[in-house]
Amino acid sequence: MNQALEVQACIDWVMTPESGGIDVFIGTVRNATKGKQVIRLEFEAYEPMASKEMEKIAAQAFEKWPVQKLLVHHRVGVLEVGEIPVIIAVSCAHRDAAFEACRFVIDTLKQTVPIWKKEVFEDGETWVAAHP
Amino acid sequence: MKIKLLAFGIAREIFGASSIEIELPGNTVADLKFSLEALYPKLKALASYLVAVNNEYAAGDLVLDIRDEVAIIPPVSGG
Repeated sequence: MNQALEVQACIDWVMTPESGGIDVFIGTVRNATKGKQVIRLEFEAYEPMASKEMEKIAAQAFEKWPVQKLLVHHRVGVLEVGEIPVIIAVSCAHRDAAFEACRFVIDTLKQTVPIWKKEVFEDGETWVAAHP
Repeated sequence: MKIKLLAFGIAREIFGASSIEIELPGNTVADLKFSLEALYPKLKALASYLVAVNNEYAAGDLVLDIRDEVAIIPPVSGG
């Protein structure tokens, strides 16, 4: 979780001769939230449980769609604007399943995987989603 | 019973440490939350928080063992 994510390497890893489509979601650090400038994001994970939860999500995706290969990679630590905290890549024989499975994985990851992000501003910082 | 807790994100900041020990009058996850909220009232201001036991989200009636790995999971925000 500490190494920079290589987009091409992720795509190559899910590619199989049977694949007809690869769907890739790349999460990137945005420079603003609710109109306020973001300097950087700081990610923290409960790593053993995060890995386990990501494996569960992948297993569900394999059950629901005819997925060939699936990759999920999430960073921890300090990430600057434009850097990549998360990549999901899914290969399938046909595009519908690839799109749907990819969306399912990122949406579920955001709900269940124990990873936290802190937004750092010029004048303070906030743990995202911590408070109602 | 005495339970060691791991804390992450805003829970780590509320506790002032990435792990703490807490003496519990009861032995369930619900008892743990009750005791924690009395000691750290800021937990009640969170949108929600869950307890994980041995890397799995735990329900309130789960009985804790001193050998369990217990973690406080504030609202997650990966991605």
